[in-house]
Amino acid sequence: MTMEYGGVWNGCLEMNSRQVIQLEFFLEAGDFSTAGEASSQIKRILQQIGVKAETARRIAIGAYEAEMNVIIHSLGGKMRVAILPDRTDISVEDNGPGIADVKLAMQEGYSTAPDHIRDMGFGAGMGLPNMARCSDEFSITSEVGVGTKIRMVIHHP
Amino acid sequence: MLKLAEVNALLCTEVLCGQENMEREIVTACGADLMSDVLVYTKEKTLLLTGLTNIQVVRTAEVGDLMGIIFVRGKRPGPEVIEMAKAKSIPLMLTELSMFDACGILHDYGIRGCVERVPRNEL
Ligand SMILES: Nc1ncnc2c1ncn2[C@@H]1O[C@H](COP(=O)(O)OP(=O)(O)OP(=O)(O)O)[C@@H](O)[C@H]1O
Ligand SMILES: [Mg+2]
Repeated sequence: MTMEYGGVWNGCLEMNSRQVIQLEFFLEAGDFSTAGEASSQIKRILQQIGVKAETARRIAIGAYEAEMNVIIHSLGGKMRVAILPDRTDISVEDNGPGIADVKLAMQEGYSTAPDHIRDMGFGAGMGLPNMARCSDEFSITSEVGVGTKIRMVIHHP
Repeated sequence: MLKLAEVNALLCTEVLCGQENMEREIVTACGADLMSDVLVYTKEKTLLLTGLTNIQVVRTAEVGDLMGIIFVRGKRPGPEVIEMAKAKSIPLMLTELSMFDACGILHDYGIRGCVERVPRNEL
């Protein structure tokens, strides 16, 4: 995973109403050594700018589940995060293989994770439904042979 | 409600890191080997008991704001797992008890699961 800061974040973690912190993370398929690092950094920044613990937790969980899915199920992809004063907006895009039946994949308990992935603690089939639960706005689109896109918006109360 | 120090006494744990956080209090606990189940059902002030010892367990505790992790059946995580938990202030403990007995003892002392019931799946 590599990360780039962009946008107008000046390194000072006090935000005024017009600031936005933009982050971009490149997620490599099968790279379990840094898996979760993106979500961890997002959470740390949210804590530093004073987002409520309960909200930061929801954002971190949604980001983590999305990040792990890219690493486990896809050929790799990236996660873009925009942290605004009133909300966090997360977009995750991968390079395939895509999901044939999105409705089925969204069902609790549905997983195609093989045994060696289950042995690592994944494959409950709860990641996608939990992303939806953690978000105020959630969308998923997927095309077989192309890739999967997920967007999560979480408001900061 | 129990302090981690009390949990340690009840389960005869070895503290692997986070000795300075043993005053933390827990009200619920979760015994699981599938981490996204943990992230769905836990709330804050929860202790995780698990038979998994990889780095993702620490990640799960971090994103889920868990109070600490107990490895059951004497399973010892590698040094890189302990290092990461230290960096993230997540206490790690190890007990020789089975998952069932460790959870049972905590239940006897008033600790409950994070969810009472999950509606049955009608797939
Ligand atoms: N980015 C993706 N690319 C391809 N397939 C995916 C992707 N994300 C999810 N899937 C498919 O959807 C299924 C359900 O995903 P979900 O995150 O809910 O569960 P899981 O990853 O299998 O297990 P868990 O998240 O509980 O550890 C996966 O098993 C996989 O088949
Ligand atoms: Mg998943």
